[in-house]
Amino acid sequence: MEHAVASAHAAEHEHETSTGLDNRKLVMWAFLASDCLFFGSFISTYMIYRGRSPTGPCPHECVLNGVHYEGIFSIPYTSVSAFVLLMSSLTMVLALAAIQRGDHRGLRVWLLATALLGSVFVGGQYFEFTTFYHHGLSLSVNLFGTTFFVLTGFHGAHVTVGIIMLLSLLLTSLLGRLPASDSLTVELTGLYWHFVDVVWIVIFTVVYLLPA
Amino acid sequence: MATHQELEPGGHAHPGAKEYVAVAVVLAFLTSIEVAVYYIDYVRPWLAHMLLVLSAAKFFLVAAFFMHLKFDNRLFSSLFVGGLILAISLGISLLALFHNLFV
Repeated sequence: MEHAVASAHAAEHEHETSTGLDNRKLVMWAFLASDCLFFGSFISTYMIYRGRSPTGPCPHECVLNGVHYEGIFSIPYTSVSAFVLLMSSLTMVLALAAIQRGDHRGLRVWLLATALLGSVFVGGQYFEFTTFYHHGLSLSVNLFGTTFFVLTGFHGAHVTVGIIMLLSLLLTSLLGRLPASDSLTVELTGLYWHFVDVVWIVIFTVVYLLPA
Repeated sequence: MATHQELEPGGHAHPGAKEYVAVAVVLAFLTSIEVAVYYIDYVRPWLAHMLLVLSAAKFFLVAAFFMHLKFDNRLFSSLFVGGLILAISLGISLLALFHNLFV
């Protein structure tokens, strides 16, 4: 048993690298950099086809081929969603601060709060998608529908993956397998979560608020 | 109380809960300004510029403070900014290509 514990401790210290930085953190940053290109492509595609749909519905009030369409976006609703995701970044970083000072109860509370706020965001997105669908906007009805659903849908998928990561961390902590010395695991999950937040900061501005 | 925050080479100590809450308050304030200017008619000519500046400020605050880029080793910042520059270049190239910006 002692040998196993000693091996585990030895394994923990095997992460020393030529840069002095933990490889796991470097890999996470490299992944986030690559994800910038992923979302950059989708946001660019949305902007390229913005205002080029020959038929409605439109994001904002428009007239296409003599037909008037009401804008489909609800800015107050999406603003609340954006605010919820922004605040989840605060709870995430408080979870990290909690484990770094050895406060496991605080860690669990903030992880749960982050997962709940993330779930509220995803639930809100599901409600928004179904509302849009009932107003005639689908993935294939026009260029706006295609680019909008692909972009925001992939972002929603990222948030969902983040929620699963948060709940896995919470479960690991509840099982007593997340010692304070392993705070890097929480930090890496936090980096992913904050990235999802900064992507939404851009999407909220470019897709919802920016005039055509 | 003992902390388990190991400092990396070239890194600095992360901020505390008070600083994080202060950043969140600023973020919430910037978001409220974004939404407010959207509804103000007489700022329409500058709306796009204002929104882009506010969005960039929010992006910077989250990346610098919540993602700790301001405090961690600069290699992480270089990696992320490299990806960002590539993504922005890609966007500008695609927009130029499809909107014939430079023709």
